[in-house]
Amino acid sequence: MIPAAFDYQKPKTVDEAIAALSGSNSKILAGGHSLLPAMKLRLSQPSKLVDINGISALKGIKEEDGEIVIGAASTHADIAGDRIIKSKLAFFSEGALLIGDVQVRNHGTIGGSLAHADPASDWPALVLAADGAIEVQGKNGKRRIKATDFFTGLFSTALQENEIIIAVRVPVPPEGTKATYQKLSHPASRFAIVGCAVVRFADGKTNIAFTGVADHAFRASNTETAVSGKAINEDVIATATNTAVQGVIFLSDHHASAEYRKHLTKVYLKKALQVIT
Amino acid sequence: MSTNNGNGTAATGGPIGKSVKRVEDKRFTMGHGKFTDDIVLPGQTYAAFVRSQYAHAKILSVDTSAAKAMPGVVAIYTGADVAAVNGVPCGWQVNFKNGNAMKEPKHPLLVADKTRHVGDAIAIVIAESIEEAFDAAQTVNVEYEELPCVVDAFKATQPGAPLVHDDVPNNICYDWALGNPIEEVNAAMSSAAHVTTLEFINQRLVPNAIEPRCYNSSYDAINDKYTLYTSTQNPHVIRLLMCAFVLGIPEHKVRVISYDVGGGFGSKIFHYTEEALLTWCTKQLGRPVKWTAERKESFVLDAHGRDHITKAEMGFDSGGKIVALRVKTYANLGAYLSTFGSCVPTYLHGTLMQGLYTTPKINIDVTAVFTHTTAVDAYRGAGRPEATYLLERLMDLAAHEMKIDPAELRFRNFIPPFDGVNQPGYQTQVALQYDSGNYHAALEKGLEMLGYEDFRKAQKESANNGKLLGVGFSTYIEACGIAPSAVVGSLGARAGLFEFGQIRVQPTGKVTVYTGAHSHGQGHETTFAQVVADKLGISMDDVEIVHGDTEKIGFGMGTYGSRSIAVGGTAIVKSIEKVIEKGKKIAAHLLEASADDIDFANGNFTVKGTDKSIAFGNVALTAYVPHNYPKDLEPGLDFSSFYDPANFTYPFGCHIAVVEVDKETGKVALKRFIAVDDFGNIINPMIVEGQVHGGVAQGVGQALFEGAEYNEHGQLVNASYMDYCMPRADDFPIFETATQVTPCPHNPLGVKGAGEAGAIGSTPAVVNAVIDALWSGGHEVKDIRMPLTSERVWRAMQN
Amino acid sequence: MSIKITVTVNGVKHTDKVEPRLLLVHYLRDVLRLTGTHVGCDTSGCGACTILVNGKATKSCTMLAVQADKAKVTTIEGIASNGELHPLQEGFNQCHGLQCGFCTPGIIMTACDLLKNNKKPSEEEIRVALEGNFCRCTGYENIVKSIQYAADKMSAPKARKTKKEATV
Repeated sequence: MIPAAFDYQKPKTVDEAIAALSGSNSKILAGGHSLLPAMKLRLSQPSKLVDINGISALKGIKEEDGEIVIGAASTHADIAGDRIIKSKLAFFSEGALLIGDVQVRNHGTIGGSLAHADPASDWPALVLAADGAIEVQGKNGKRRIKATDFFTGLFSTALQENEIIIAVRVPVPPEGTKATYQKLSHPASRFAIVGCAVVRFADGKTNIAFTGVADHAFRASNTETAVSGKAINEDVIATATNTAVQGVIFLSDHHASAEYRKHLTKVYLKKALQVIT
Repeated sequence: MSTNNGNGTAATGGPIGKSVKRVEDKRFTMGHGKFTDDIVLPGQTYAAFVRSQYAHAKILSVDTSAAKAMPGVVAIYTGADVAAVNGVPCGWQVNFKNGNAMKEPKHPLLVADKTRHVGDAIAIVIAESIEEAFDAAQTVNVEYEELPCVVDAFKATQPGAPLVHDDVPNNICYDWALGNPIEEVNAAMSSAAHVTTLEFINQRLVPNAIEPRCYNSSYDAINDKYTLYTSTQNPHVIRLLMCAFVLGIPEHKVRVISYDVGGGFGSKIFHYTEEALLTWCTKQLGRPVKWTAERKESFVLDAHGRDHITKAEMGFDSGGKIVALRVKTYANLGAYLSTFGSCVPTYLHGTLMQGLYTTPKINIDVTAVFTHTTAVDAYRGAGRPEATYLLERLMDLAAHEMKIDPAELRFRNFIPPFDGVNQPGYQTQVALQYDSGNYHAALEKGLEMLGYEDFRKAQKESANNGKLLGVGFSTYIEACGIAPSAVVGSLGARAGLFEFGQIRVQPTGKVTVYTGAHSHGQGHETTFAQVVADKLGISMDDVEIVHGDTEKIGFGMGTYGSRSIAVGGTAIVKSIEKVIEKGKKIAAHLLEASADDIDFANGNFTVKGTDKSIAFGNVALTAYVPHNYPKDLEPGLDFSSFYDPANFTYPFGCHIAVVEVDKETGKVALKRFIAVDDFGNIINPMIVEGQVHGGVAQGVGQALFEGAEYNEHGQLVNASYMDYCMPRADDFPIFETATQVTPCPHNPLGVKGAGEAGAIGSTPAVVNAVIDALWSGGHEVKDIRMPLTSERVWRAMQN
Repeated sequence: MSIKITVTVNGVKHTDKVEPRLLLVHYLRDVLRLTGTHVGCDTSGCGACTILVNGKATKSCTMLAVQADKAKVTTIEGIASNGELHPLQEGFNQCHGLQCGFCTPGIIMTACDLLKNNKKPSEEEIRVALEGNFCRCTGYENIVKSIQYAADKMSAPKARKTKKEATV
């Protein structure tokens, strides 16, 4: 339970952080709730940690140009309790409260969670369903990565070396948008065995994202097509749930087999669709 | 004596029977508990281990040269260094059916040739700091040749299975049987009108005391004295085993101290290799050596519980009366024999096959097996939960098969009430004689609390609403108050199982009590003080309980098997009786009367029929300032006693679970839990209720959440809290508890013990409830493997 | 490398040079010798190490001591005032909310955080708030009652009056 030795830097700006990251085997320390346990078990042995918690630019939640901008170092608890989020993106608040436990929510951050890209973490589904983008900064400046382009595989993302997530940007949902996140928690880790986020706009356009079921979170575009613009009734739900499990390579572990995850995918999509109807 | 009045309280009006708040709480709630890891000694060194990543491998070489050169490293020892040291012993010899002694392969302090489970210790690295110890341990280079392994107890006995120990054929430690001759049982079974058969796995559990094991051993070369601080449930037994069996060092030169211990649940009974190894190391180094388990070590080192593969058959006559029970169990012992691993599936399990029922013919056959897994030993309940699970699952299943109500089936088969005084104890078919019982009453009370008829109505309605409701019953009995030494000795125990208690009355009348029992959550500092204050008629403030230090306490067998109040409490009572008897002589002298004419009550010695009396405190003072004192009487007021119980005690009760199953996901929610327990007389109802709560949580944990999962490579795949599901606060409803009192007839307090009942009774109640829920939804299912994860329940509903 | 940190623990300012890899829990236990905060696991699961960092419940085994530089830390040793037990400490005794006592400090600190944000939590809210804390002894029920006891006591009229007087 003792990490291997490492150097530590706590920069004040993103540029300093990027500079600090260059060189060998450095890692960003955000909330640390995935990284530090891995380091204690010596599964991860970075030579340097760059603690981004001193960078004020990464904190705070604001509304800007029709977008809600969530600083990457915002904790799950910050987001759950934020007034803007609660009024305009309530399902983010509800989803945040389903992450880990009180202590984890007090320190774990949205940026850390997205960068780690655990296949069972909650934020990816929420950000995907909300048409969110991840704003990152590297040596060559800032860029925006659409959430749909961000998650590329098991624990892997479109982040390039020495890039830092600086914010999550989510378009303010127009009047009449309904959204929900339905999750079956792993009874031990409280990660998602299946998590289903659904956002349905007033015009019937529907975004559907899953986490926990495959090697990375994803938008279920065929399912969205099956639902978008249609009145949600039993037939549509049946079509949607059947579509949702097509072509997915389901995860399997000692707690939930692929077959069961496939079943849960249907069940939780149905729950979500019923909630937003 | 002022006990056995049958209402759970003593007649004195003293503290016995009252929910006195715990005196030990203040230090814990203020952060001033003294746990072993809190202790740092002058010159302290720290140990980390190099442990096998393989379940079964040949060790080709161990290279410590790089590690020895690392900063801060004090010493590194490997299996070769301790090859001449004995291994840790097993405390109970079970014989094969043919009379041969069980197989007892050496459990070495460090392995030199082969590793036999993941976590087997290959080297100990001792350094100036824990960081340096960990860093250096990483650089020890071990070359392995991985070998095939076996983790399943039944498969391990099959021809061609990899051997855990080369000299143990078929990996069988022993085979064993108990009860009526098998021919008689077979005959009774074939005459049965109905036979219910159940094949199941009582899964392996990880004990998970929240305090990881910790040892800190030091050696004083000048005086040739050792001190071992250890997180153990029984310091004297650890000293005895370590000195006499492992290290061969004189017992009087070793002090073992176990201050506050953060939960045991059985897992801290045993003498672990690290205790002896650290003690061996400290002498080599002349410096104290400390080791605290990481949680990932606790998962693969602390002895696990349960792990039985069982086939059980119960035969009934046409009226639903049980005519026979036949059981075959394969018990997984893990890679090595842990201290009491051998007696758990046998004498703590087979002996409970009578349950609460009048079953006339019983035979249980147990094959105990070595596998490439962590050792298995006593875990809360130890054998008795497995026995109860077996019987109570059979009862609910049989009731369903025979279309008899499960409560009614039990009523038809219960042993009639007996108090052990006016009616004799009940002689079972499996060696034990129950002390006293009133089983009907407990189930009746449980049904009343449940509102059984209303429940069945609600069950029908809920089936229409997407949720399946179910109720499960469990009427259990256990054997506690372990144990009469002669009896257990004849069954193979290598230790007596008495207890020691000393009452030292100080000159001012204050009392220090030394007990061989050990409190690691049970609240002895309160409960035992209640007994002493009550019996001596003094304030609890004037009583101090001392435990956990071999230098202070004469001897002790420690705390497990719900034995502390029944055995340890009685040893204290016996010493109190001696104090009072001597006090009467002193009082008689001072009051100029005959000792026979002195009564002792409420803290005063009184001449019978007069108002002449003298207070306990004055008698105590006189004993130490014996100016005016009986001739031929020794000064002082200090007595100790060893109490060896006449029999086990037999708590029993009725547990009822109500669950709701989500039809779509299979997720189970525990809606209600009713526990009616009979522990005989109760000293502190608040503490007893707390014991029930904790036990039930563990029992429910087994039913719904917990289970060690080994893969085919012998890796424990859920060896962390991210994977092993511990019960949490939001998994439980408010428990509905009640007690009834059938006093124990053979100890002066009339107590039976309460520590394990919750974990014994609850598990089958919950599983029965889930299966009942599925039955109510039309799913004909016989068994679902524990833990009942949502997937397993969902699968059961797909049939 | 070692780094100088200044941490205010239970109102007392401490300045120490520490290795970056020193976990906050080990700083508290081994450097400051405040051993009331315990270590029960490696993976941020059990909650025995819970303390308050700037008022927020924090698993101190999952935070580096260097991260606590300039922070205010409260541990179990710091919640009683002037020899008077905190209502939670009293509640755990009154309601038998502890057995072995090992998880207790972490649970009390989590409850401190809860009661700060929710003066009158329901049974369910308390149970959910304890998601990050394991207790193997009590079955949690008496812990819930202990926290309810403290909530009642802290919101009792007498306590409110004292607070008002203090602010006047």
